[in-house]
Amino acid sequence: MKIRFCLNEKDMEIETRPDRRVVDLMREDMGLTGTKESCGSGECGSCTILVDGETRLSCIMLAAQLDGRSITTIEGISGVEGLHPLQEAFIEHGAIQCGFCTPGMVLTSLDLMGLKPCPTREEIREAISGNLCRCTGYQKIVDAVEAFASKRKVPQQ
Amino acid sequence: MKCPARDLDEHEQAKDGGPTGMKNTSLEIGKSVPRFDAIAKVTGKEKYAADFWAQDVLWAGVKRAAVPHARIRGIKTDDAIRIPGVLSVLTSKDVKGTNRQGVVRKDQPVLADDKVRHCGDPVVLVVAEDRETLAKALACIKVDLEPLPGLFDPENAMAQGAPLVHEENPEGNLLLKGSLETGKVEAAFESCYETVEAEFRLPHQEHAYLETEVGWAVFRDDFLQITASTQSPFRDRYETAEAIGFDMHKVRIIAPYCGGAFGGKDGITVQSLLGLAAWSNPGRPVKMWWSREESILASVKRHPAHLCYKLGAKKDGTFHALSVRIYFDTGPYDNLGGAVMALGLEHSGGPYRIPNTSLKAWAVFTNNPIGGPFRGFGVPQVTAAMEQMVDMMAKRLGISPLDIRVKNALRRGDRNPAGTTLTGSTGIGECLGKIPASRLWQESETWKKDAPPFKKRGVGLASAMQGMGYGPLIPDTANAKLELTGDGRFRVFCGVVDMGQGNASTYLQIAGEILNQETSGMELVLPDTARTLPSGSSSASRTTFTFGNALVKASKTMKERLLEKASDILMAKGPDEMALVPGSVRHMPSGKEMPLSALAGMLSEAERTSVARYRTPSAKESPTGDPNLTLHGIPHIIFSYAAHAAFLEVDTLSGEIEIKRYLAFTDCGRILNPQIFEQQMQGGIAQGLGYALFEELKVKQGMIRTPDFGTYIIPTSMDLPDMESTAVELHEENGPFGLKGAGEIAMNGPFPAVANALADACGIRIFSGPMTPERVLGALKKKPPCQEER
Repeated sequence: MKIRFCLNEKDMEIETRPDRRVVDLMREDMGLTGTKESCGSGECGSCTILVDGETRLSCIMLAAQLDGRSITTIEGISGVEGLHPLQEAFIEHGAIQCGFCTPGMVLTSLDLMGLKPCPTREEIREAISGNLCRCTGYQKIVDAVEAFASKRKVPQQ
Repeated sequence: MKCPARDLDEHEQAKDGGPTGMKNTSLEIGKSVPRFDAIAKVTGKEKYAADFWAQDVLWAGVKRAAVPHARIRGIKTDDAIRIPGVLSVLTSKDVKGTNRQGVVRKDQPVLADDKVRHCGDPVVLVVAEDRETLAKALACIKVDLEPLPGLFDPENAMAQGAPLVHEENPEGNLLLKGSLETGKVEAAFESCYETVEAEFRLPHQEHAYLETEVGWAVFRDDFLQITASTQSPFRDRYETAEAIGFDMHKVRIIAPYCGGAFGGKDGITVQSLLGLAAWSNPGRPVKMWWSREESILASVKRHPAHLCYKLGAKKDGTFHALSVRIYFDTGPYDNLGGAVMALGLEHSGGPYRIPNTSLKAWAVFTNNPIGGPFRGFGVPQVTAAMEQMVDMMAKRLGISPLDIRVKNALRRGDRNPAGTTLTGSTGIGECLGKIPASRLWQESETWKKDAPPFKKRGVGLASAMQGMGYGPLIPDTANAKLELTGDGRFRVFCGVVDMGQGNASTYLQIAGEILNQETSGMELVLPDTARTLPSGSSSASRTTFTFGNALVKASKTMKERLLEKASDILMAKGPDEMALVPGSVRHMPSGKEMPLSALAGMLSEAERTSVARYRTPSAKESPTGDPNLTLHGIPHIIFSYAAHAAFLEVDTLSGEIEIKRYLAFTDCGRILNPQIFEQQMQGGIAQGLGYALFEELKVKQGMIRTPDFGTYIIPTSMDLPDMESTAVELHEENGPFGLKGAGEIAMNGPFPAVANALADACGIRIFSGPMTPERVLGALKKKPPCQEER
């Protein structure tokens, strides 16, 4: 079927099978391999994308569900002028080890920022609890999100 | 014949070069330089083995046994072959090589031939045009299996007349046994004031790396190129070639950053299968990517262990005698199980002076899932047991858990419980010594008293140690290569895989420190058998130590050569007038500078390259006359040490344990990059807490009952506390800049620290498996007055 959606701020119209998994559509058809797959059953959050700004698991979504939506993948969050400040915070605070959970963690944290601009550490922990990480013990990820949020609080913004 | 490093497609090109977009910063040892891989990973641009895809890619997959032990009577593949889009259906008959893989003992088939020995054994390999066709073909393959009696308990498997996992093994179901003796243990127990005895049982632990086993391969122009998520590309090359019957010199293995590995990719996973699949389909790339369920079914796990301990001490708390028996369930194949057993055996007495020891261990074949390397490599199991023994003894004698540890802590020059003289830095005393001054520790009594209603709080300690490197016999070597590129940058050819721990970044920091360069002046080539030099596996807490030492040598040679050359060209009085500065060589007296790119233009390729080899020192004494134990790594002489403290709260109504705070002091020598050190500590503690609290692969009659992430639970961000981790920076004279390995040590402390904290909170001990709410509640309900002192 023909589906239309906006992917990383670009309008798209593609011909695909309606039951194609969104994770495959992104990784294979669109070449956006920043979206990872780790469990294939919605348990781990590695395949997180943003659909209309909200986190969704692309391994349990089908292509037809994208029709008319706006999609953001990890490749879509850094602008022409460089990294998103949240990405910079991940780097600076050592939140990245093997990096396989990283895209999902960044997108989930971005969604949280929209809902709660100044989250506590507990709230950050709760928000990312659907994204598994086997390397970091989560502490530095929480540090990064917390640092990003507190920087954003600066009044001139 | 050399395997050509050509036809680098975009996929591999992405590996070379500096970290585009990274803030330029000087590379100094001791500084938290952000990791070089961070930018590509945080933007989703890093290409893992999983990320390869091309329009013409074929998919490979295997039909697995699904029963734990059976003879193969026949395989019916006709229906699968007839499906349009199925290109190859291969069985063991199509394997031209030895069809056996393994690091020490080659006993694991690429495709099962006469028998299947565990549920995950691969039997038939299928290559198809797409995943749907592959799944359809695998579903219609019929393997006719004649069930054989299964072996699911190592001690039963060692009994006379037990069925055999490997009929050809002269020692029945025994893979390896080992014994270390010091002093006179029986007589010593007689003279002890107090003895404590206990038995512990620990389950399989799943690695649960987020990137499951994956790779892709292509056979073209007589060469086989395999890109895989692996910790050991150079060994894989040899093993794969031999197993499938291909000329090793025509095999090239490329090892991108792994999406986690932790030991589980130290050896063959997809490599040989991919080799076979690609060889059968020339010219087309073939990909294999295990699903999570397949990964849990077929991958190696931490060895389950049954540990029987008896510890004797004098009235003042001095340890005097220790007797240990450990049974490791290695599953159906060696897969470094012998080496895991040996390391566990060597560490079974912990970092203490115990003059009389009798340590024995067995690694036994069963039809359970395969036991294999996993961060800690046998040491988490023995530490879980020994450190609980220490607390039980302290309680018996009325001494504090900290005092009894300090009293018995090993010092440099002591013999450890395995009988090895410690000649290197030995910081367990220093680690323990830091605990009393920590704020968390000082507040602990008040904190415990403030427990909310129906909750109890406890604090538990654990000491830990971890030997580094392969041991005395298998040469623990690395070969570093460094090149000055035409545009004046330094390119480090990284021979050891970075599976996520950040060693590749540390290599750039090491070379950058010696050559006085900034990040923008450095490049990295990841392990590739056609481009980098053999440097062993990414394992055994050895990567930064061994490769780092080789790189220090290569960098110093490079520096010396460049200063000499520049001195000649600028007609200076000698190289001591010259200094390397970022991007240039400076003549100090005149201030004149020559850009490195200009200098590079005046040098031949050979002059622009520096290569150095390093071998980690091994012990000059041997605590064992058993050549098999020496082969399997005993003894080690360089150890890292740690003292951990867990602060927990037990819900007496639900049995749930919550870790509220965690403290770790670690001696792994001098810290080269504090941020990467903290990453290793926090990550190791996290896996250790999972092991302590709820990670348990449930296996019944060889069948896994926790087949996915919905049933095998690893810690989420809600299950872990913030951790405080401090380095006790003793200088290790053999280490690069004084460093010792940091990759594994943190894994060993959490289990016993939690167990001791649980005993402190409620007076109970769980002697079998992780401390799940169910077990805690059960123990609380039937708690006899002194159960702890069983």
